[in-house]
Amino acid sequence: MELFRIKKDIPFMSYGRLTTSISLITFVLAILFLLHRGLNYGVDFTGGTVMEVHYPAAANIEQIRQVMDGVGLKDVTVQNFGSSQDVLIRLPVKKELSIAQLSEKISSALKAADAGAEIRRVESVGSQVGEELYENGALALLLVCAGIMGYLALRFEWRFAVAAIIANMHDVIIILGFFAFFQWEFNLTVLAAILAVLGYSVNESVVVFDRVRENFKKMRKASAVHVIDNAITRTMSRTIITHMMTQTMVCSMLFFGGETLHNFSLALTIGILFGIYSSVLVACPIAMWLGVSRANLIGDSEKKPKEDEAAVAP
Amino acid sequence: MNRYPIWKFVLIGTVFIIGLLYTIPNFFGESPAVQISPAKTSLKVDEGLLQKVESTLQLANIPFDGLFMDASGVKVRFANTDTQLLAKDKLVSNLGKDYTVALNLVPQTPNWLQSIGAKPMYLGLDLRGGVHFLLQVDMKAALDKAAESTVGDFRMSLRKEKINYYGIERQGQVVVIKFESEAEATKARNLLAKDFSDLTYKIAGSDKDFNLTASMSVMAQKRIQEFALKQNLQTLHNRINELGVAEPIVQQQGLDRIVVQLPGVQDTAKAKEILGRTATLEIRMVDEEKSDMATLQKAQAGQVPFGDELFSDREGRPVLVKKSVVLTGDRITDAGPGVNGQNGSSVVNVTLDGRGAGIFKNVTRENVGKRMAILLIEKGSTEVVTAPVINEEIGGGRVQISGMANAQEATDISLLLRAGALAAPMEIIEERTVGPSMGEENIKRGVHSTLWGFAAIAVMMIVYYMVFGGVSVMALGVNLLLLVAILSMLQATLTLPGLAAIALALGMAIDANVLINERIREELRNGNTPQASIHAGYDRAFDTILDSNVTTLIAGLALFMFGTGPIKGFAVVHVLGIMTSMFSAVLVSRALVNLLYGYRRKIEHLRIG
Repeated sequence: MELFRIKKDIPFMSYGRLTTSISLITFVLAILFLLHRGLNYGVDFTGGTVMEVHYPAAANIEQIRQVMDGVGLKDVTVQNFGSSQDVLIRLPVKKELSIAQLSEKISSALKAADAGAEIRRVESVGSQVGEELYENGALALLLVCAGIMGYLALRFEWRFAVAAIIANMHDVIIILGFFAFFQWEFNLTVLAAILAVLGYSVNESVVVFDRVRENFKKMRKASAVHVIDNAITRTMSRTIITHMMTQTMVCSMLFFGGETLHNFSLALTIGILFGIYSSVLVACPIAMWLGVSRANLIGDSEKKPKEDEAAVAP
Repeated sequence: MNRYPIWKFVLIGTVFIIGLLYTIPNFFGESPAVQISPAKTSLKVDEGLLQKVESTLQLANIPFDGLFMDASGVKVRFANTDTQLLAKDKLVSNLGKDYTVALNLVPQTPNWLQSIGAKPMYLGLDLRGGVHFLLQVDMKAALDKAAESTVGDFRMSLRKEKINYYGIERQGQVVVIKFESEAEATKARNLLAKDFSDLTYKIAGSDKDFNLTASMSVMAQKRIQEFALKQNLQTLHNRINELGVAEPIVQQQGLDRIVVQLPGVQDTAKAKEILGRTATLEIRMVDEEKSDMATLQKAQAGQVPFGDELFSDREGRPVLVKKSVVLTGDRITDAGPGVNGQNGSSVVNVTLDGRGAGIFKNVTRENVGKRMAILLIEKGSTEVVTAPVINEEIGGGRVQISGMANAQEATDISLLLRAGALAAPMEIIEERTVGPSMGEENIKRGVHSTLWGFAAIAVMMIVYYMVFGGVSVMALGVNLLLLVAILSMLQATLTLPGLAAIALALGMAIDANVLINERIREELRNGNTPQASIHAGYDRAFDTILDSNVTTLIAGLALFMFGTGPIKGFAVVHVLGIMTSMFSAVLVSRALVNLLYGYRRKIEHLRIG
């Protein structure tokens, strides 16, 4: 079976202005949502307590709220999740109660109200832990960007490095925009997913760039636009198949992974979809505008006969 | 051109077999067991303990499946939980308080696999259930305490050398001594600088008021903080041993934090109580000169005499105690409940270490006839447990503390003392509890995600790339096998995000094979022969695969460096997955293709869809 047998090169670069404009608009929208609504941070970041309670029969949410009120805990959110028997209780950090006391207080109150209540998971995080996470998260993001840019600049050229990082930061911002728009919970595993996406979608750009470099060697007379169009067209099939495979795995996590992996897989899904788009239709035009050419990519090809040999080998 | 030298096949075969061996233990499951470990560091795990356990079980007629010893203690395997519980009770009563007996699950890995060190993956708390605490050590309190004890040391030195001063106090973490003359102050400085060299001294003042200030150097502060953390770690270790938890983890995290993980513990209230106890013991002298009724009443009204503190004893009577500390709980090496031979009341027998015994001997000799207060400081409040009159000099470091209400209290307090004092108070800043059913469900979720995803990818790859798809799937299978094998070998903690990382690693690793297969198709389309196409396809795709894996690796390493908890678990698997995928996607799949096609003289066409 072969789904993508493309005879002629698709003139992707001639749509460059259009595609980058679309990107720019989504990007600006994402930033607006981020500024306006902000992220719905999970307890990992904000501090607070989350409890997952399982009841033998359908849980009475109203009664649980009353129980919480009864022990003097006011701003508590109680909601069903998964099934009618499972309840999620959230509450913010309390100044007057330590973490240890808080969870003890809730669980004893719940058990007193209904002996069948089974506390399946408790997560209590102090506010000082959350603050560090911001810092570490931002540091990790910076380090990834710097590392990837450095590597690409070494292996290819600074123009590619800049184009790839812009394209991928654009993906990250858009994922965050989605999380802000839908107010999905942003927790540590989502952060992990975002950093993984960053590495993954750079892959995408690397594959195309690799082809661009190879084309510059082979298609000696062609223009940069032509070379890039050809590179994208030739790698199109691989791009789609690979992403389909990865997305299949991510879907499997979305369906079977339960609550913990749900937002993780959502972040990955958005990252994968926009990753295809941005690495092809954002990174390449930017690289082109930055002036990628045969000269600055393999200008010193005479000094590297080995690479040239590989290019003409059968 | 598509033939591998023999050594490459041998290499791949060896790696595969090793991978298989280390993956197998994950399929054997676990059986109930009892773990016996020494409660004190002075006791060793040895043959003697093994025999003792064996004879205890044989005498009680309790059948067991296996008995073995490792670094942490002796483990006994049972057929079911009933015999496990029975055996635990028997062992607890026979071995006494020197050993901790805990319920545990032991992998049913066959002996021949155990002998090569093959173990199942080490599951994190979110997969096996248990409690996780992150404790923050109050370092300011540790420094304050150190400064406070410096005050006591200074006092003793100055008195010994008969240097006159009219005041000494702690201001924050700085000790200030007041002198009437500069000469005295200088003399004191020379003396103290010799004895306590890690402090910085400064003299200031004029006329008849000279202050000698001693402050801790940065180095000294660092040392004190490190010591406080170490002491707290040790104390937590001891306390958790008393809890009887199998395979607890007590680890330093960063400069001032401690992670405690108690697998299988459900009673979080009990665990918290034991961890959260900040009880410390202090022995100080009662200020006898100021213990008349009038002064005591004034003190209760708020006018506490200088250099003293007011506390109440168990009956609520006020006691004026000197601020300087004679001994702290750190000097206690052992404590146990006992009975006073004369009046039959409950007591706690305390043994002090060498330095503590020396100090105690001096103090008791100099203060015969006076009262000595034993203070228990717990959760910020201080109580005088007892304030006995010193009848004679007490040497040898064995002290009996009377004043216990009953035998239970004597046991509780001795447990507290034996488990040691914390060098600085701690606060729980993070708590995560996962119930056992939740853990099992999480395993199921992670495994199902991986397997279903794998199956779907396998079907799609084979439909799309035919034989080459099949080869890719086999390579992906080897990737999974190797990843699990490495995780089992390293005994890295596997968490639910880690399981997700396994799934994701597979989903991303297939990229390499897609790249290769697409490249081969393209070469074929360009009119190359099948053999040449295979060769060129693998060759040219390699650079791309390398580049893309390095960038992914960079992201993985950053995650590992800055991540904590779930992120770190994800990062470890992510990074390992990239490495195994390089091996399987390039070497293994090429070896398979070479086996299939490399030795054929003539190939009509490649079955690549």
